[in-house]
Amino acid sequence: MSAPMAPAADDAVIGREGLAALVDVLRARGFTVIGPTVRGGAIVLDELESAESLPYGWGVELEAGQYRLRERADGAAFANAAGPQSWKTFLHPARVRQWRAERSDGQLTFETDDTPPPRFAFLGVRPCDLRAIAIQDRVLATGRHADPVYQGRRSGAFLVSVECTEPGATCFCVSMGTGPAAGPGYDLVLTELADEGGHRFWIRSGSPEGAEVLAELPGRIADDAIREAAREGVSAAADRMGRAMPSVDLHRLMAGTLEAPRWDDVASRCLTCGNCTMVCPTCFCTTTEDVTDLTGDHAERWRLWDSCFDLDHSYLHGGPVRPSSRSRYRQWLTHKLGTWYDQFGSSGCVGCGRCIVWCPVAIDITEEAAALHDWANRPADNGAAPE
Amino acid sequence: MNDDRIPTLAVWKFASCDGCQLTLLDCEDELLGLAERVRISHFLEMSGAEGSGEGEAATLAGVGPYDLSLVEGSVTTAEDAQRIRRIRQISRRLVTIGACATAGGVQALRNFADVAQFRAAVYAHPEYIATLATSTPISAHVPVDFELRGCPIDRRQLLEVITAYLAERKPNISAHSVCFECKVRGTTCITVAHGTPCLGPVTHAGCGAICPAYDRGCYGCFGPSNSLNLESMVRQLKHDGMNDQDVMRVFRTFNAASPEYAALPTLTGQDAAAEEEAR
Ligand code: SF4
Ligand code: SF4
Ligand code: SF4
Ligand code: SF4
Repeated sequence: MSAPMAPAADDAVIGREGLAALVDVLRARGFTVIGPTVRGGAIVLDELESAESLPYGWGVELEAGQYRLRERADGAAFANAAGPQSWKTFLHPARVRQWRAERSDGQLTFETDDTPPPRFAFLGVRPCDLRAIAIQDRVLATGRHADPVYQGRRSGAFLVSVECTEPGATCFCVSMGTGPAAGPGYDLVLTELADEGGHRFWIRSGSPEGAEVLAELPGRIADDAIREAAREGVSAAADRMGRAMPSVDLHRLMAGTLEAPRWDDVASRCLTCGNCTMVCPTCFCTTTEDVTDLTGDHAERWRLWDSCFDLDHSYLHGGPVRPSSRSRYRQWLTHKLGTWYDQFGSSGCVGCGRCIVWCPVAIDITEEAAALHDWANRPADNGAAPE
Repeated sequence: MNDDRIPTLAVWKFASCDGCQLTLLDCEDELLGLAERVRISHFLEMSGAEGSGEGEAATLAGVGPYDLSLVEGSVTTAEDAQRIRRIRQISRRLVTIGACATAGGVQALRNFADVAQFRAAVYAHPEYIATLATSTPISAHVPVDFELRGCPIDRRQLLEVITAYLAERKPNISAHSVCFECKVRGTTCITVAHGTPCLGPVTHAGCGAICPAYDRGCYGCFGPSNSLNLESMVRQLKHDGMNDQDVMRVFRTFNAASPEYAALPTLTGQDAAAEEEAR
């Protein structure tokens, strides 16, 4: 593993030094490289100055409402499932200034921000998140309401996907059809192997730019043995999903259970804190704030993440449309799993499990959907008196 | 500049520690700009303003009228109850600043105890102390235009309220949970990642989620959010290692008398315990 590979190779094997080179090559090409790194007791996403900051030897133990780092003996960098943030932190930032206005001599001038957007390379995009980005593309980058901030950041982004070989107890991508193998949309994709054969990555390109980058990496030509070992690792992961969404027509399930008593049950637990929506890689809602300075001569409009769990999110003249936590949780779930199909032609959930992990009171979307399904399939009430 | 057209600002103190008023003085960079936009007409914490050299009546109730009154502190004496009515009469807009003025403050702990007993325990001559049995928020006495939370208040939020007043717009002050601010700030949730008990999910945003950013659970100094599920929060705090008494204590601090927390004794079994004791 040393010399750069022939440009023709569309798959290869790289080692840790190849991964280090990948970060360097991307940085040299002008990308801000974002990837996983350990901070504050979690694997967060942050700018990587080198591959040294990757979470080598760190795994995670996930449960509803609980996240713990665990050391791993195999030194793997990507044997950990989704962390507290998603890529929307970078593509659809929590705070964006949309315009400024200045007033002088009675004249108002408006100024939009035309600083060129950062060019991101994302290292470690999980298959579920790859799908989540495609879903946000559909919502934010296309159609009548395309968002220039998202478009600007997204169009220059380089995606390095990493397939999953170590799913968490809260993952259910298989039942959502999004993983653990990577679907389309990546520039490069890696499958990590850390076993007797050593620590190595099977890497393939998915775009011309990906192929160019691949050609610059030190590595060796892939053979069938590595391809098979990698595929096996990923298909074994598919059998180790911690959770599953009920395999029913979710759109119908949501539409048919609007009056289920389960909504009261979940409302008795839900804190309406909004954590689930903010960690969800597809949730996109925002609100705007107009700020002025003391003189009133300078004004700015900011866009901020918002959540359907915020009471003010549904505020119309006279009051909020969804005052109860029941109505807000129901709004969230029925949009995510139901009306998202009507609006955007797919599910709004990719099965990453973040909302389960980061809910302080351990509310589990798969469990709620299953309970609704059970209710929908309850034995028919034939009017007979109970025995 | 025509001085007559500059709105007047008054700052009033009731039972409090002065910390929220100091937040205004803390606006070092903005203070000069502020002084150009409003005439600070009554502010005892800052010398030189009207009232400071005048008679007692002017010092305590001001002469007014004022365009904007910021009120710090809670009502704990009969005189205070009178004075706040007078202040309301001479103020076009009245904004309370901080937990004392908004919820009664830490001194509202007296509301759950016998104030005569406190008085006897603390003062050598309790007969000299004239005080009410309760510490109540300003809104219990007069209509309030806006309530700014926090113990102490946040500097940026105070400026926002004053700026919004000047621009005649609604202040951008969110009433949702502190969790929103953790997420915007990029703080990893310490409840989920470390098991640290945190009141953030039921606490009013505004501080910028300072405590979790320093690995410490929110203890609710901004008081209840606009949508709280106390029962579920109490269950979770106990799951994270607090006992009933801990839970009671953590809520019974700066915003102890918030009506939103009224169910606490029931939720923590403390009312049953008290009954037992009484028997
Ligand atoms: S709803 Fe939950 S599991 Fe589904 S994509 Fe969002 S955070 Fe992930
Ligand atoms: S489901 Fe959980 S994370 Fe979402 S708002 Fe409710 S308590 Fe918060
Ligand atoms: S640390 Fe506290 S305030 Fe922050 S997200 Fe977690 S529960 Fe909410
Ligand atoms: S995190 Fe909670 S306790 Fe800390 S400053 Fe904010 S509101 Fe107060």
